Amino acid sequence: MLLVGIFVAIPAVWGIGLSFFQFDAIAPPKFLGTSNYQRLLQDPMVALTLKNTAIYVALTLPLGLGLALAIALAIHAKWFLGSGTARALYFLPNVTSLAAVAFVWQWLLNPDYGLANAALKAAHLPILGWLSDPKLAMPSIAGISIWQGLGFTVLIYLSGLRSISEEVYEAARIDGASAWPTFRHITWPLLTPTTMFLTIMGVIGGFQVFQSVFIMTGGGPLDATRVFLFYLWQTAFQGLELGYASALAVILFIIVMALTLAQWVFYGRRLQQWS
Amino acid sequence: MVLRRTIRLAVWALVMLGGLAMLVPFLWMVLTSLRTDQEAFAIPPKLLTSPQWHNWADAWHVAPFGRFFFNSAFVSTCVTMGSLLFNSMAAYGFAKHRFKGRDAVFAGLLVTLMIPFQVTMIPSFLLLKSLAWLDSYPGLIVPGLATAFGVFFLRQAMIGIPDDYLDAARLDGAGEFAIYWSVALPLVKPSVATLAVFTFLGSWNDFLGPLIVVKSDEMRTLPLAISALSAGHYVASWPLLMAGASFVIIPVLIVYLLAQRYFVEGIALGGLKG
Repeated sequence: MLLVGIFVAIPAVWGIGLSFFQFDAIAPPKFLGTSNYQRLLQDPMVALTLKNTAIYVALTLPLGLGLALAIALAIHAKWFLGSGTARALYFLPNVTSLAAVAFVWQWLLNPDYGLANAALKAAHLPILGWLSDPKLAMPSIAGISIWQGLGFTVLIYLSGLRSISEEVYEAARIDGASAWPTFRHITWPLLTPTTMFLTIMGVIGGFQVFQSVFIMTGGGPLDATRVFLFYLWQTAFQGLELGYASALAVILFIIVMALTLAQWVFYGRRLQQWS
Repeated sequence: MVLRRTIRLAVWALVMLGGLAMLVPFLWMVLTSLRTDQEAFAIPPKLLTSPQWHNWADAWHVAPFGRFFFNSAFVSTCVTMGSLLFNSMAAYGFAKHRFKGRDAVFAGLLVTLMIPFQVTMIPSFLLLKSLAWLDSYPGLIVPGLATAFGVFFLRQAMIGIPDDYLDAARLDGAGEFAIYWSVALPLVKPSVATLAVFTFLGSWNDFLGPLIVVKSDEMRTLPLAISALSAGHYVASWPLLMAGASFVIIPVLIVYLLAQRYFVEGIALGGLKG
């Protein structure tokens, strides 16, 4: 408890305080009032990195959830043989260090010698600059996140599916409902709490993307993968502008909290509609 | 009927193939690590005819991997043991004792659950710096010792213990610590095991935390060793680099395959609660 206090609560307050100072970790902090925040509003890098982060979330979230739900539905079906094996396979990348797998992916996506381009060549398709093309770099980073996170999302959806009682489906069957309407009007609405949990976690996680960018692209090419947390880290630990970086951290926190609350309200309404 | 069967078979094959495809990067990593430099650059890739097992031994020596391994193992073990102890004691207090302001303190704890590490990263760095704990084991271990999530997770488990059990022990003259240690804790063993697995893994794979603490080569944990490898600090040969990545990834995969049940059940139970 004391430790939580020391390493979470106090730093949080300290961080907010620090955001009003200029501080390079050597000279004593200098009070600046709100000028860190004024600077932040005009900093083109803030807008750009927020946009990149939003692109990342927009790429990972719908695709990751959709794919995971499809897989979970298949695995959940009674006729699916070897569901335990399938679960274990999909979850496997999730336990590995993202830094390490990002590094492995860097080799797979190597423009000249990587497996991905070797496969494209074998299929007589044009090869791609997976991480060097500014248009493709962020989708590549997002793809790796989807690959790593897929198994987790599948497991959460499976536990959501398991909590839907068999009787509901029985009733639908008696009414003669076929597969799609059953999914559309029963399964999907009843999975709302699960989907809500996953989108909230996905947005929070999306704003924390860092390791893969750090290892694979360093924010490039042409800032295409410079995400907000990476900019924050650079400002703090390479630029040694700890005061300004604290202001960035506060803004990050406010944005994430606002998005979380917005999702609560959005899903809360939907849950009420159906109940 | 035949159509439905065909569709089911197709779906099954697709899902299973997808599952196997998840493994491709790992297989490719191991394959590359056993090739010569020239073979690694061959396009199209050739079959692996003569595995270069010595690559692994070579890679072990290009960087102080023994030291990195020790760092990761030592830090993760200390973090796991310490945090389980602190978190379970705090959880026991919150779950089974009424004290003044308990609910307020617990609510405060829940609020800290929502504060992401990035917000506290800079002040934590300054705090560790002023304690002269940067680039040291305490700096790597102590910040991971108490987590709001751990307290919350174990409290939820302990709240289900019937008070009668504890009262019975109390009547037998057991002290509070003895009750916590030999009655409450054994009853929530599965939750403790789950939390242990995830704490260990989280610590083993942690990147941003060690990144701000570690300065010197000898204090690197394995994920930081990867970042140094990828930055080309040690060696430029892809087979050796992939051997290095294997050192980081394969032990975790082995543990996962052995203790798969804890991982999968843990997510199903703990994930939604978290």
